[in-house]
Amino acid sequence: MGLMQKSDGRATVESVYECISHVCDPEIPTVSIVDLGMVEKVTVTDRQIVVVLIPTFVGCPAQPIIARDVRQTLAAQYADYAIEVRFALTVAWTSARITEAGRQALQACGIAPPGRAFGDVACPVCHDTKPVLHNLFGSTSCRSLYYCRQCRNPFEAFKP
Amino acid sequence: MNTTSLAIDRVKRTPALRHLVIELLWQVADDDLMIGFRDQEWLGLAPHIEEDVAFGSIGQEELGHAVHYYGLIEALTGDRADDLALLRETSARRNAVLLEQPNGAGDYLHDPHFNWAFTIVRHYLHDVWEMTVLTAMTGSVVEELAQAGTKILGEKRYHRAHQELWLRLLAAHNPQQLQDGLALASQWGADLADFGPMAIDLQQSGVLPDAPLLPKQFADEVTDAFKEMSIDLPIFQPGLNGRQGQHTAALGGALTTLSEVYRLDPGARW
Ligand SMILES: [Zn+2]
Repeated sequence: MGLMQKSDGRATVESVYECISHVCDPEIPTVSIVDLGMVEKVTVTDRQIVVVLIPTFVGCPAQPIIARDVRQTLAAQYADYAIEVRFALTVAWTSARITEAGRQALQACGIAPPGRAFGDVACPVCHDTKPVLHNLFGSTSCRSLYYCRQCRNPFEAFKP
Repeated sequence: MNTTSLAIDRVKRTPALRHLVIELLWQVADDDLMIGFRDQEWLGLAPHIEEDVAFGSIGQEELGHAVHYYGLIEALTGDRADDLALLRETSARRNAVLLEQPNGAGDYLHDPHFNWAFTIVRHYLHDVWEMTVLTAMTGSVVEELAQAGTKILGEKRYHRAHQELWLRLLAAHNPQQLQDGLALASQWGADLADFGPMAIDLQQSGVLPDAPLLPKQFADEVTDAFKEMSIDLPIFQPGLNGRQGQHTAALGGALTTLSEVYRLDPGARW
């Protein structure tokens, strides 16, 4: 966070979003939680910042780590504010919340961004659109495992 | 997890409503805790390596759902979710008896001879019932229940699709194994889709719309699914009723294993 300007330490909703856009899901270290669509609401009052996050999957074990990282990042930037970070289900996360930048970042780290349905997936290596679903379940709750018949790479894809 | 909001606060101050919401949450929470535990007991034993990954993932999600439900009870009672999951006596548990049964003969650590067809049948029945409940829950007057219903329903689709794939494979290639697994499940399954007398209160309070109709919805759906696979659905024998705290010794055994580490020092921070 050293490069970020401290300004006068005043928080706005926009500056809080900017600040936490540097926090990543520990299981996908190239994609920010903002681009994954996990930030539901940011509220800033005179002396308090409240961030409500939504989980990609309810049982995702990364939640306490993400909440901690968001809290620490904000505390370092806004020393004068009380900071509250919590997860809620007020809005149901779906993969449609992933931003265009998030989709590109997923692709860049070899994870196919979500399609519109099961199997609507393109290989992140060669972009072939007819990979085989190998396992609906993958290394994390949010991903499935595919195999590309064209370039013969196994790869993971976000569940739709 | 902190999910406190106005709606839960309102429920908290209305004893009759609070009681109903907690009773409903015990059932779904205890169900998911037990099935999640049994899922994890396939680790290293599943039919092939991809299935190991799949059941590990499904089990993790089931436990995650249980944690969420226990968290809602925590918001209503002030008791710690971990204590609710790990320290309650068996007579306080409300899971269906089917879900506490071991995966088969033997023991996970010592000579396991687990039954895959039974496991798939049981999981499928659990998935259909929980999805029936969650669908109704999306219309609950209690904000947090409606939200949990919407979100968890989306995740359960994957579990169910997975069990259905296995059911079709078994029906096509080993129907006898499937029939045997179903026969075993039917010995225990009668309390699965059962709210008992509180069904009417659940409906009238708006906590769970259509609650009295859900057991039949579930039965119709399951009957049709097996009919389509040309598999005879046995009569589910009424017996012990887990929804009333009646359980087999298997539950105590599972809870002893599950809470072994926690009981060493319940106050420890991990
Ligand atoms: Zn490819």
